[in-house]
Amino acid sequence: MSVTIALAGNPNCGKTTLFNELTGSRQHVGNWPGVTVEKKEGAYRKDKDVVIMDLPGTYSLSPYSAEEIIARDYIVKERPDAVINIVDGTSIERNLYLTVQIMETGIPMVVAMNMMDEVESRGDRIDCSRLSELLGVSVIPIVARTGKGLAELMEAAVREAKSGRRSEGPHMFDHELADAISAIGRVFGNEDADENRWMAIKLAENDEIIGRMVPEDKKEAVQLLVDRANKAAGGDAEAGIADSRYRYIGKLVRECVRKSGAGHKETRSEMLDKILTHRVLALPVFAGIMYLLFACTFSENFLFVPGLPSPGVWLAGIVEDAWGLAAGKVIGAAQGLGASGWALGLVSSCLDGMGAVLGFLPLVLVLFLLLSFLEDSGYMARVAFVMDRIFRHFGLSGRSFIPMLMGFGCSVPALMASRTLESDKDRKITMMITPFMSCGAKLPVYAMFAATLFAGSNQTAVVFSIYMLGILAAVISAWILNKFAFKNEASNFIMELPSYRIPTLKSVLIHGWEKVKGFAVKAGTVIFASTVLIWFLSNFNFGGMCAMEESFLAAMGNGIKWIFAPLGFGDWRACVGVVTGWIAKENIVATFGQLFGNVSEETVEAVMAGEQALPAIEEVFSRSSAYAYMAFNLLCMPCFAAVGAMKREYGSWKWTLRAVGFQMATAYVAALVINVIGSMIV
Amino acid sequence: MTLRDLKPGQQGKVIGVTATGAMKRRIMDMGVTPGVEIKVIKTAPLGDPVEVHVRGYELSMRKDEAAQIQVEA
Repeated sequence: MSVTIALAGNPNCGKTTLFNELTGSRQHVGNWPGVTVEKKEGAYRKDKDVVIMDLPGTYSLSPYSAEEIIARDYIVKERPDAVINIVDGTSIERNLYLTVQIMETGIPMVVAMNMMDEVESRGDRIDCSRLSELLGVSVIPIVARTGKGLAELMEAAVREAKSGRRSEGPHMFDHELADAISAIGRVFGNEDADENRWMAIKLAENDEIIGRMVPEDKKEAVQLLVDRANKAAGGDAEAGIADSRYRYIGKLVRECVRKSGAGHKETRSEMLDKILTHRVLALPVFAGIMYLLFACTFSENFLFVPGLPSPGVWLAGIVEDAWGLAAGKVIGAAQGLGASGWALGLVSSCLDGMGAVLGFLPLVLVLFLLLSFLEDSGYMARVAFVMDRIFRHFGLSGRSFIPMLMGFGCSVPALMASRTLESDKDRKITMMITPFMSCGAKLPVYAMFAATLFAGSNQTAVVFSIYMLGILAAVISAWILNKFAFKNEASNFIMELPSYRIPTLKSVLIHGWEKVKGFAVKAGTVIFASTVLIWFLSNFNFGGMCAMEESFLAAMGNGIKWIFAPLGFGDWRACVGVVTGWIAKENIVATFGQLFGNVSEETVEAVMAGEQALPAIEEVFSRSSAYAYMAFNLLCMPCFAAVGAMKREYGSWKWTLRAVGFQMATAYVAALVINVIGSMIV
Repeated sequence: MTLRDLKPGQQGKVIGVTATGAMKRRIMDMGVTPGVEIKVIKTAPLGDPVEVHVRGYELSMRKDEAAQIQVEA
């Protein structure tokens, strides 16, 4: 018989480390429905019949964040066979707050007292058997990083799961408050006593979600009793209940925890923090770390050495070369078999599609090895601490800085980096605006226009202003989305600054691998399918294979060009360029090379590098419409690879399409404004 | 007096939380409840937020949020 065991615990309590230790790399990672919260499950390494579900890290089971709602819905509605609650022994008081809330649900549970090695090295002691007696549930001391105590933990958890023994809610409320709560439970009168009690506590806490579940005919009776609970708690039952929980925990801690008598001695973590969040040093150190993060992933002149590729670029080069070689062999073989023109085209477009996915994997891998190091080490929380002052003005977290910075390299890993943000709202908004950061692939497009239409003026200033436009669009968008689209979501900055810890190699590697696999599988299908589709549209018409000028795509371009007329580029070739740009933005240059005078491949290369102009485009573009076109391609839907990454991170088509719709609208408005104002000036 | 008025290095005892709704809940969930000792550790390099020590761990919050926590020295 299979058993499901859920892991619940605070953020930074070592939950992910424990999950990795228990399941190895056999994990299934997805999203919880409708939110950008990761859902992970896996089988226990030593017993495949035990399924382990990793719940999002939460401090509480309040109904305020997506994580909290998921964790409590899972525990209360899905009812796993048992819960393992991981408690960080080094900050036991706050961690036990979640423990008592899980106990209130009545679910069978075991407490895993983690970081016992750190507790001991501080000279403190935690009496787990005494705590177990007081709580009425097993408390197993463990060290998740080394695997110590995990066998005992799982044994206890499986035993608990099979026995189905409910944990009895702790008696922690004052007499009158407890009375009022049990009276609310009786009004409910469900068969399940645990459920009655849990819902009663939530109602007394003024929980809106549970409040809506009260049947109409019982509302009045419940309200009277909630008022009584409020009175019993001195006016505010919500505060009273939180207070009672902490007072109860205070008693447990006094009885079970012995602090070393040596007084407080400065830990290594505190010394490190003095530098990393120092008044003067913090910002330079931050800039240095961010530079390294960016350079390791994207730089072609790593550490300022000309021509030295960074690990990310180096790996990407190897993958690209290997794939080019393999693809050449496949096409050669197909030619040998006498494949027709369109079959060869199909094969090579499929290979291109796969190559497009593969080319991103090294960047994703390198960035996530580094990011998971920053995340697990505790520095990521300090990024938010240091940058909050700036980012709060647009309603974002300081952590949004990282995806936005990475966006200048490539949107794909940047979008995936939004996972490190704390709230669902921040993640959703950041993913919408990250593609506004001008990625490396958009530069050749600017180079073409700058060399052709802005030859007489300061080309660098033109390109630079486009980059600034992207940042400006991102900032304004974030502000608007915050104000109007997500207006009901509370935002605060009450955040733990966890102790610094050296992450284990294993969790860093598993995290990197997981991201690569997730991107290849989830985003790969989107990228592959759309690449083949665009190939088909640009090479076929009803008569079969044809030149791009006569293709379906050209016909579509002619059909929709009126939409772009107000932006200054109502020309079918410009429209086709936008579409081929979705495969990869630099494709716009190759497409224009083909459609405007069919120039050679060498010329296209030179145009991309900004060394040569493409004068034929002047028949369509003026300076203002060229600028509008650059802005449009900067802000409109990013390439399919980035859309695939968005789909993977949002976990839903609905949100992906919303984001794309928002980006298209922003691009249209920005280009329209630029063209209208531009044609007045120029 | 509120937590905002404490300088880095100063310690106080929480006597109440004037925030409401989700903010109040979050503050209390993180262990800032009446009676608890709280100490301001430092201010962020740009002047806000602040870092405090409470219930054996480090917590950060904006000054506006700290202003909604009443303390006595």
